[in-house]
Amino acid sequence: MTETVARLAGVGLRYGNTVALDDITLDIPAGCMAGLIGPDGVGKSSLLALVAGVRVIQQGGVETLGGDMRDRRHRSAVCPRIAYMPQGLGRNLYMTLSVFENVDFFGRLFGQATRERETRIAELLDSTGLAAFRDRPAGKLSGGMKQKLGLCCALIHDPDLLILDEPTTGVDPLSRRQFWQLIDRIRARRPDMSVLVSSAYMGEAAGFDWLAAMDDGRVLATGTPAELLARTGAKDLDAAFIELLPLAKRQGHEALVVPPRVAQADGPAIVAEGLTMRFGDFTAVDHVDFEIGRGEIFGFLGSNGCGKTTTMKMLTGLLPPSEGRALLFGHVVDGGDMDTRKRVGFMTQAFSLYGELSVRQNLVLHAQLFHLPAAGIAARVDEMVGRFGLAEYLDTQAAGLPLGIRQRLSLAVAVIHKPDMLILDEPTSGVDPVARDGFWRLLIELSRKDGVTIFVSTHFMNEGERCDRISLMHAGRVLASDTPAALIARRGAASLEEAFIAYLEEATGDGAAPGPEAPPPATAAPTPPAARPAAFSRRRLLAYARREWLEVLRDPVRLTFALLGSVILVLILGYGISMDVEDLKFAVLDRDDTPESRAYIENMAGSRYFIEQPPLISVEELDRRMRAGELSVALEIPPEFGRRLRSGRAVEIGVWVDGAMPFRAETTLGYVQGLHADFLQQAAVREGLPATAHPAKLDMRYRYNQDFRSVFAMVPAVIPLLLTFIPAILMAVGVVREKELGSITNLYATPVTRLEFLIGKQLPYIAVSMVSFYGLVALAVFVFEVPLKGSLLSLSLGALIFVTATTGLGLLMSSFARTQIAALAATAVVTMLATVTFSGLTHPVSSLEGVGRTIGTFFPATYFLNISRGLFTKALEMRDLYADFLALLAFVPVLTLLSVWLLKKQER
Amino acid sequence: MRKRLLNAWRLGLKELMSLWNDKVLLIMIVWAFSGGIYSAATATSQELHNAPIAIVDEDRSVLSGRIADAFYGLYFRLPDMITEARGDAGLDAGLYTFVMVIPPDFERDVLAGVQPSIQVNIDAMRVSQAFIGAGYIQNIVLGEVGEFVQHRRSEAASPITLAPTVMFNPNMTSSWFGSVMEIINNVTMLSVILTGAALIREREHGTLEHLLVMPLGAFEIMLAKVWSMALVVWIAVGLSLYFVVGRVLDVPIAGSIPLFMAGTLVQLLATTSLGIFIGTLSRNMPQLGLMMILVVLPLQLLSGGMTPRESMPEVVQNIMLFAPTTHFVSLAQAVLYRGAGLDVVWPSLLAMAGIALAFFGASLLMFRRSIAAQG
Repeated sequence: MTETVARLAGVGLRYGNTVALDDITLDIPAGCMAGLIGPDGVGKSSLLALVAGVRVIQQGGVETLGGDMRDRRHRSAVCPRIAYMPQGLGRNLYMTLSVFENVDFFGRLFGQATRERETRIAELLDSTGLAAFRDRPAGKLSGGMKQKLGLCCALIHDPDLLILDEPTTGVDPLSRRQFWQLIDRIRARRPDMSVLVSSAYMGEAAGFDWLAAMDDGRVLATGTPAELLARTGAKDLDAAFIELLPLAKRQGHEALVVPPRVAQADGPAIVAEGLTMRFGDFTAVDHVDFEIGRGEIFGFLGSNGCGKTTTMKMLTGLLPPSEGRALLFGHVVDGGDMDTRKRVGFMTQAFSLYGELSVRQNLVLHAQLFHLPAAGIAARVDEMVGRFGLAEYLDTQAAGLPLGIRQRLSLAVAVIHKPDMLILDEPTSGVDPVARDGFWRLLIELSRKDGVTIFVSTHFMNEGERCDRISLMHAGRVLASDTPAALIARRGAASLEEAFIAYLEEATGDGAAPGPEAPPPATAAPTPPAARPAAFSRRRLLAYARREWLEVLRDPVRLTFALLGSVILVLILGYGISMDVEDLKFAVLDRDDTPESRAYIENMAGSRYFIEQPPLISVEELDRRMRAGELSVALEIPPEFGRRLRSGRAVEIGVWVDGAMPFRAETTLGYVQGLHADFLQQAAVREGLPATAHPAKLDMRYRYNQDFRSVFAMVPAVIPLLLTFIPAILMAVGVVREKELGSITNLYATPVTRLEFLIGKQLPYIAVSMVSFYGLVALAVFVFEVPLKGSLLSLSLGALIFVTATTGLGLLMSSFARTQIAALAATAVVTMLATVTFSGLTHPVSSLEGVGRTIGTFFPATYFLNISRGLFTKALEMRDLYADFLALLAFVPVLTLLSVWLLKKQER
Repeated sequence: MRKRLLNAWRLGLKELMSLWNDKVLLIMIVWAFSGGIYSAATATSQELHNAPIAIVDEDRSVLSGRIADAFYGLYFRLPDMITEARGDAGLDAGLYTFVMVIPPDFERDVLAGVQPSIQVNIDAMRVSQAFIGAGYIQNIVLGEVGEFVQHRRSEAASPITLAPTVMFNPNMTSSWFGSVMEIINNVTMLSVILTGAALIREREHGTLEHLLVMPLGAFEIMLAKVWSMALVVWIAVGLSLYFVVGRVLDVPIAGSIPLFMAGTLVQLLATTSLGIFIGTLSRNMPQLGLMMILVVLPLQLLSGGMTPRESMPEVVQNIMLFAPTTHFVSLAQAVLYRGAGLDVVWPSLLAMAGIALAFFGASLLMFRRSIAAQG
C-alpha cells in the first residue's frame, strides 16, 4: 500500500460553531477497500464529502487522485473518475423514477452513448439482482434494494474511486451481506478501483483492508483491522474501537449485562390477535399474533419493509387494523383513547421531532403536552438531559444534531412522561456502539427497575440477543418467535445473525442474491476515462430535462393543477374582473318634487350605469346610507329647482360620491356630469331655452374595443398573469425540492454544470407552460369570444420567450430559498404584486411612478402584456412589437446567468 | 376542555418558535406588510394619473397651442407633439392611451362658430384610464376653447350646475385605497400560506404522526396552527396599519381601528381555516402552492378589493358572498374610510363569523378524516 488515492493535510471544517473536522492529516491508500469507522457525527461524512469534492474546503489541503481539490479545473477533470454515494437510503435517487430510469439518468450525466449505456445498465442490474425490478419506481424499493440501486448509479461510469457514505446503515442483515458480496465481486473485476467507505457497523469493517478510526473530528488510529486489534489487544473491532477512545469517553463503559426478568403476574401488556393490514391488494401485515408480558423486552427483527412499522402503528392506534385486534393492558386499541396514549411512549423510525426547536424546547414542549405538573417539568427535563447525555446540546437546534444524538433525544422525549410501555421503531439505527450500549442500558433499566414493557424493532443482531424474546419477521409474517437462545439452537446456527439469515433464506425460497456465485461478468471494455468533461454538454442538459419531465409526468396532481388550474383561473378572472363601472346604486333627496326634478331623476335612473334606490328623506339618512356603503351616489335637489330651471336662474344640485374606491368615484363623477349635460340639452330643447352649444366638439374614438367591454381588455391580460405565476412557482419549487430531498448532490458530484442543470430543469416546465398557454388561447377565442386578430405564430413566439423568462424568475427565486415553503412564498409575493399592479394590467406602466414604475419596467410581464394585447386586439404584427420582443428576450440570459451565478456547484 | 385548550396553546407556541427560526419566511412577512404595502399604495393609481397622451397639432394656432399647454402634467403626462402617422403607431405600440388630433383651421372655425371637431383616439383596451381620461380631456379642451372664445364673444353659461362632493376621500387619493386593500390581500395570502405550509411541514417531516400518538386530538393540532398564524398576521396588520398606512402614507383613518382589528381577527379565523383545508388536500409543498394560487387569487381579485363588485356578473357576485374576503373588504371600507361603526357593519361581521365557523368546522372535519386515513 504505497500509493495513496487521497491525501489530507491539516484539514479543518466547521458548521457555524460546531467543529466537524479538526486538523486532520491522513493518507488514504489506493487500490483497496479503505474504511472510516466511528460513531455518527464524528466527521466521517464531512471528510468523504471533501475528498469527493462535493463540499467546499474551508481549511487545509485535500488532494484526490493526484490533484488539489481546491482547484476548480482539477475538480472537473477528476469528477468523472469519482463516484459518490451520499448517506441516507437512496438520497441521490429519484423516487418516482424507475430503477432503469435512475441508472440511465446517471449514464447520461456521464455522457455515455445509448448503446454503451444499455449494455452497462443491463450488466449492472443483472449483477445486483435488480433486473427483475427494472421498471419499479425507486421509492417502492426496500432499503437494501435502494442501496444497491444507488451503487449501480455510482458504478455506471467505471469510477477509479468509489466513495460510499454509510451504505448499509438501516439495511437488514441479508441485504447487507448481499451488498458486500456485490462490492467484492466488483472489486474482483476491477482490482485497481479504490473504495472508500464509512461505516458505523464495526462487524463489517473487519473485512476492510485498511481502517481509520475517527472520533470527535479527529483520527484516532489507522491501519489494517489486524493491526488495530493487535494494538489494542481487543478481541473484536467493537471493543478495539472503545479501547482507542480517549480515556474520558471510555470511562464507565463496560460490557452490558442483562439481568434476568422476573415474571409479573398481572396479565399481558400487549396482545395481538390475527393482526392484519391491507393497503389495496397489498397485505403489509398478515395475521400476526403475539403476547408480551409486563416488563418484558420484546424484539421485532426483520428486513426493511417487512411490516414491522405497520404492526407498530396498529398497536398505537395510528392505523386501524383491517382484521384482528390489538390489546394494550387488556383494552382494545382505540385511536381516540387519550388515557391509553398517556401510558405509552412511542418513538417512530423517522426522526420526528421538531428540527427547528432546540433540545430543551423539544423536551419541555412534550412534557407540557403530556401535562406533567408545571413545577416538575424543569426537574424532569434536567433528569432526562442527564440520563441521556444531552447536556452539551441543550440549546442546539435538533435538526443540527448528529443522528445518534437525535435518536437519544427522541427516546428522552418518548419517556418524558414515564410511560408504562414503550414502543420503539428501530431506535438505534445509525447509532454508534458506545451510544447504543448506553441506550440499551437505559432500556434495561426501564424494564427491570420500573417495570416498563418495551416493544422494540431493530436490525442489529446483538440488540436482538439482549431481548427477552424476539420475533423474526418477513413479508408481513412472523417467521419464528422465541427467546434468542432458543432460536439459535433451533437452527443450529453459531449466532443469531446466521439463524436469522437461515430463516430468511428459507422464507424467500432461494439462497442469496440472484447468482451470487456467478463469475464476474466479462469486463465490458471500459472506456478510458475522458480527459476532461466538456464545459457544456447537450447530452447532460437533456439528461436533466428528460428526468425532470418524467418526474412532472409522474406527479399527475401537479400536472393537472398546472394545466387545469390556469384554465379555471382564466374563467374566474376573465368573467370576474371587470373595469366597467356599472349598476351603481343611487338615491335622491328631492326637496323640490316637481315634474322637473322628477325628470332629472328619471334621466339618471334610465341610464344603464345607475340603479335607483328608495329616496332619501333627510341629510342624516343620506349620511348613514352612504356610510354603510349602500349607496355609491346621492343627489340633493334643492327646493325651487323646477321654478329656477324654467326661469333660467342659477341653481345647484348637490352630488355626493363615495370616494372609498377612488377609481370608481372618478368614473361615477364622469357619468353624473355626462347625464347632467344630457339633461340640460334635453331641457333646453323642450323648454326652448337658450342652447348652451359649445364652440367646439370632441369626437371620441374608442379604438380596439368599441363596445368598451372589459372582457376584451382583461382576457388578453389575464393570459400573461397566469403564465407568470404558475410557471414561476412550478420552477422554483422544482429546484428547491432537490435541495430539500438531497438529490442536489448529483449536481455537486457529477460533471453536470450549473448551466446544464438549470436549463435542463427549466425545459420541461417551459413545455408544460406552453401547453397551458395554448389552452388559454383556445379559451379566450372560443369561450370568451375574444378574436385573435394578430398572428398566432407571433403570439406563440412571445409566449415561448415569456415563459422562458418567468420560469427563469422561478429559478432565480429558488437560488435564494432553501425550503419549499420559502420558495413558494417568495415567488408568490414577488410575482403576484408585480404582475397584478405594476405590469400594466389595469394601468399602463408609463402612468406608474417611483418604485412601481421601476419594477414594472424590469418585469417581463409588462412586455408580454403589450404583446398579448397588441396581437389579440390591435391586429399588430411582429414588426410593430419588435421592441417588446427584444425587451422580453433580454430577460432570458440575464435571469439565467444570475441564477447560475447564485447557484453553487459545491456544498457549503 | 381546559386541557385541550392548554395543549393548543403550547403547540401554538411551538409554531411561533418554528416560524421564528425560518428567517426567509419572516422577512417575507415583514416585507409584505411594510415595503409591499408602501409600493402598492404609492405606485398604483386607480384614478387618472400620468396618462400618456400625444397631440397631433395640424392647426398650429394660438388656440391649439393653448390646448396643448393645458395638459401640464398631473392627470396627463406632458403631451408628445407628434405627426398624424406616428399617432397610430404610438397607440398600437401602447405608447399612448390618448392621441388628440387638432384639425387644420381649428381656431378659425371656432371663431366662425362652425363648431369644428377635435378627434381623440383612445386606446379602449385600457378600460379605466380610457373612460376617465376622456371626460377630463373633454373638460380641459372645452374649458380652454371656452375661455379663448369669451375674449371675443360672450356666452351664456348654464344656470344649473353640479356641486359634487367626494365623500370619505375628497381628493380621491389612491394610496388611501391601495394601502388598505393591499393589507387585505396580504392577510388572505399570508394566513393561507402560513397555516397550510405549517401543516404540510409536519406531514413531510413525520411530526404529525408523532403528535397523533400523544394525547392530542385533531382539534388541538388544528387550533394551535390557526391561532398562532392568525396572531402573527394580526399583529403584522396592526403594526402595518399604524406605521405604514397611518404614519408613512399619512392616510387619515376615519373609523375605529379596534373595530377593524376585530374584523381582521374574524377574517383570519376563516382564512387560516382555509389554509388548513388546503393543507389537508395537498400532499406536498408544490401542490399546496398551486392550490393556494387557485384559491387566493380569486379571493383577492373578486372580492371587491380590486374592482367594484357591482360590475361583476351576477353569478360571480353571488358566489363571492360565500367568501369571507368579500365581507371583509366591505367592512374595511366602511370602517376605515367611511367611519362606520358597529351599528353599520354588524351584518358583514356576522356573515364573516358564520363563514369563519363553517370553514373551521369543515377544515376540522377534513383534517380529522385525513389523519384517520394516513398510514
